[in-house]
Amino acid sequence: MRVVFEKPEAMTDSPMHYCPGCTHGVIHRLVAEAIDSLGIREQTIGVASVGCSVFAYDYFNVDMQQAAHGRAPAVATGIKRVLPDKMVFTYQGDGDLASIGMGEIVHAAARGENITVIFVNNAIYGMTSGQMAPTTLVGQKTATSPRGRSAAETGYPIRMCELLATLDGPSYLARVSSHDTKHIIQAGRAIKKAFEMQQQNKGFAMVEVLSTCSVNWGMTPAKSMEWLAENMIPYYPLGVYKDITAEEGK
Amino acid sequence: MARMLMRGNEALAEAAIRAGCKAFFGYPITPQNEIPGYMAEHLPLRGGVFLQAESEVAAINMVYGAAGAGARVMTSSSSPGISLKQEGISYIAAGELPCVIVNVMRCGPGLGGIHPSQGDYFQAVKGGGHGDYRLIVLAPGSVQEMADLTMLAFELADKWRNPVMILADGTLGQMMEPVEFSAETKSEPVEKPWATTGAVNRKPNVINTLDIVPESLERVNHRLLAKYERIKEEEVRWQAVGVKDADLILVGYGTSARVARSAMEQARRDGLKVGLFRPISLFPFPEKQIRELAKAERQFLVVEMSGGQMVEDVRLAVDGRSPVHFTNRLGGMVPTPEEVLEKVESILEGRGN
Repeated sequence: MRVVFEKPEAMTDSPMHYCPGCTHGVIHRLVAEAIDSLGIREQTIGVASVGCSVFAYDYFNVDMQQAAHGRAPAVATGIKRVLPDKMVFTYQGDGDLASIGMGEIVHAAARGENITVIFVNNAIYGMTSGQMAPTTLVGQKTATSPRGRSAAETGYPIRMCELLATLDGPSYLARVSSHDTKHIIQAGRAIKKAFEMQQQNKGFAMVEVLSTCSVNWGMTPAKSMEWLAENMIPYYPLGVYKDITAEEGK
Repeated sequence: MARMLMRGNEALAEAAIRAGCKAFFGYPITPQNEIPGYMAEHLPLRGGVFLQAESEVAAINMVYGAAGAGARVMTSSSSPGISLKQEGISYIAAGELPCVIVNVMRCGPGLGGIHPSQGDYFQAVKGGGHGDYRLIVLAPGSVQEMADLTMLAFELADKWRNPVMILADGTLGQMMEPVEFSAETKSEPVEKPWATTGAVNRKPNVINTLDIVPESLERVNHRLLAKYERIKEEEVRWQAVGVKDADLILVGYGTSARVARSAMEQARRDGLKVGLFRPISLFPFPEKQIRELAKAERQFLVVEMSGGQMVEDVRLAVDGRSPVHFTNRLGGMVPTPEEVLEKVESILEGRGN
């Protein structure tokens, strides 16, 4: 019988702990599909971060290290520098990457560290029960901005792709979304490209994936997909912010 | 290799390279800058990786990654920088990742000063970061030992899958002495089947310190504690000089031990029965060895460049069997042999403290 759909080899059989309406599971699968399609599962070392994706080491069928909060790019640097022929990726959320780990991500990008970063931005701290994140939108209600995020008190959400695009180090920076099938397919292509950049020794590549947190947003799964499209995409425009291979082709 | 005159920090760095250190990650801080300087100059030419990290925190996490990937790896810093690394050190201890961490101590607290101190003893030997863990802590007392103990540190790190700290100080880092490197022998690469090197023909390896099931984490805690007990049995190192007939035994490590040694030698010339006990491993602490020396008619004098830290472990070891006195200098001041000798004389003459 012809197999028309199967689990990627780069994923384990462990049941995922993610909430209904969360797109982490989808994004995990996209990463695993990219690893499978490039045939690099046995060469890949992943770095899990702190946050909802802390258990990523249970879901990816590759060697994994679990890093301290925000430090995944430094851990990945340590791995890549001693195993330069292996493929190294981090999987980080917005609190991890854009708040406590801002120093590590900026410097890994500035160094052009030859790693792949999957940055999942759902505009909230999910694991710790819904606090304000560095990417929480102005006006968005969270556990620590119960009257809605006030720009006067807490400033503005950070656009990581745009920020890192000012640096010379990155080879590829793209923002994609996970709220519907069309965008998920586009996200998969971007993730694969980010691994290809590493394979070709082009240097630091990051894909920011807009994601949902229906539980902490206080919405149904369906409603949270709509909310992402209507509220996050206008502030976080989708697209490629840097691609040195496109520039090389000009 | 012939004897050569080297600075402590450089001898330590050279020894690390000879011990097969393949990666160094660090951040500038005085008085240990000669270590990254030497590594930057030599390590890439001898098959290793040098990288100046953006912060102490990043440096120790790079060590975590590289150690988890199976490499012999080292970082070095000085007191305020070591404080910043504590989170990472806790993770490394929990992940049972072998690595060497050098602390060339300077005076504190806070930014303190850049002069030598021994104020980080508690931090080094009692854990330092969060949670129950221990480092193996080695305290060199000469430039030669900066080299020898660094080579030993890599061996012990791999043997026990545990981070090893070299606890030196600004004096030992900056002073120059003759040093000799034992033949070109490099220790054999150790098999690390647990390392994350790519899951070829095996199940994936995972380096992880998270365990949210209390029954399970308690088992991990007990396993770590059992390892520390075995380390206590097997890895105690010390030096004892003139202790057999001593009325008073000086106890000190590192630079303080050098000062105490000079005071002891003068005391002996003066006809006083004074000995020296120098812990070389601070964890495990030579508790049993000190206890065996403790008796009613004997006194101890602990010399430190701290407010009184190791003296607590000496008192625990002596356990009331002998009087334990203490003398110190602080703030980057190094005690002189004369000061220590004066204290020795006042104790032996019954003038007490």
